[in-house]
Amino acid sequence: MRFDSLIDSVGQTPLVGLPRLSPSPDVRLWAKLEDQNPTGSIKDRAAVAMIEAAEKEGRLRPGCTILEPTSGNTGIALAMAASLRGYRLVCVMPENTSVERRQLLRMWGAEVVSSPAAGGSNEAVRVAKRMAEEHPDWVLLYQYGNPANAEAHEQNTGPEILADLPEVTHFVAGLGTTGTLMGVGRFFRRHKPDVTIVAAEPRYGELVYGLRNLDEGFVPELYDESLIDARFSVGPRDAVRRVRELLALEGVFAGISTGAILHAALAQAAKSHAAGGRADIVLVVCDGGWKYLSTGAYEGTVDEAEASLEGQLWA
Amino acid sequence: MAIEVRVPTILRTYTGGEKVVSGQGSTLDEVIDDVESRHAGLKARIVDGDGLRRFINVYVNDEDVRFTGGLATPVSDGDAVVVLPAVAGGAG
Repeated sequence: MRFDSLIDSVGQTPLVGLPRLSPSPDVRLWAKLEDQNPTGSIKDRAAVAMIEAAEKEGRLRPGCTILEPTSGNTGIALAMAASLRGYRLVCVMPENTSVERRQLLRMWGAEVVSSPAAGGSNEAVRVAKRMAEEHPDWVLLYQYGNPANAEAHEQNTGPEILADLPEVTHFVAGLGTTGTLMGVGRFFRRHKPDVTIVAAEPRYGELVYGLRNLDEGFVPELYDESLIDARFSVGPRDAVRRVRELLALEGVFAGISTGAILHAALAQAAKSHAAGGRADIVLVVCDGGWKYLSTGAYEGTVDEAEASLEGQLWA
Repeated sequence: MAIEVRVPTILRTYTGGEKVVSGQGSTLDEVIDDVESRHAGLKARIVDGDGLRRFINVYVNDEDVRFTGGLATPVSDGDAVVVLPAVAGGAG
């Protein structure tokens, strides 16, 4: 495969079977390897789409500063695209995210502003919105509410899956900005409405949920409940267990959030298997495990890994 | 046996600091009413009219009840109910 530049090589990721994790030849699991994007995560799709949409709208011109609240992957993807297109990037990132993510952001040329650990990404969003008000000339792409985020998946991720696996019955992905699920969900609602759309949401330790008033909670503007069929909350223990199984049984070295997605996908597989039907379940491998080695997720017992993830934004 | 309800930090003022309280009932609605009878004020922070409050998520055995029948979601002995504030998450 040949591309004019790195940015042009985003997407068209492999869909690989997971025969050893699949319960039977009739109920099969498939992994969409989004870690094989240029900066190693699914976020390359949203980052490039948001930048290109802002350029088209005339919001982004050469020399502009882009601002984004991000726990890592979107920032890394934006940093790559911004440096190739000549933009400065400022990322607001919760201080309880892994050291590799910070280092990678700086390597690709981004400036990192830390937001308080308590409150997690909610707090990063708040800080970024405040900074945007102080710097009206900066461009806040805002992945949680930017339609281009979901459109990237509606126009590319969804069609790629349907082309590779016309018999797909389920799609399982992580729920963060909700961009992947909204985009792929919308695509399948239009083109193959019987596909079940399943969200896997990371459940963090108590620190992350903060102590603030419940009326100040956060639901991404992109989120539309009608585009998904089931939503599971997955804690660090199950995520770690599954991410290790994925590595041991199928050789796929994924990030911890993918463990949460696999956990939800296996629950669907078990349900289909028990019902005696046929199922082809696609799950997203969001990124590789490299950035999370320092979290302790891949070493020692599951108990130790669970304990070391407490208080971290592991997905 | 009963149904275990995990309460987030912010709502523990209603449970005397307890992280987990137990309730009885055959639907989520009944369990919440049962818990409310011992921990007055909790229900109003979770439920708004006929549904859940916007920034509250409730899970029965890890599944979001908004997709399983809402407050009418059936529950049985040994089920785990988790109440959590909505947060921005994921590998964003």
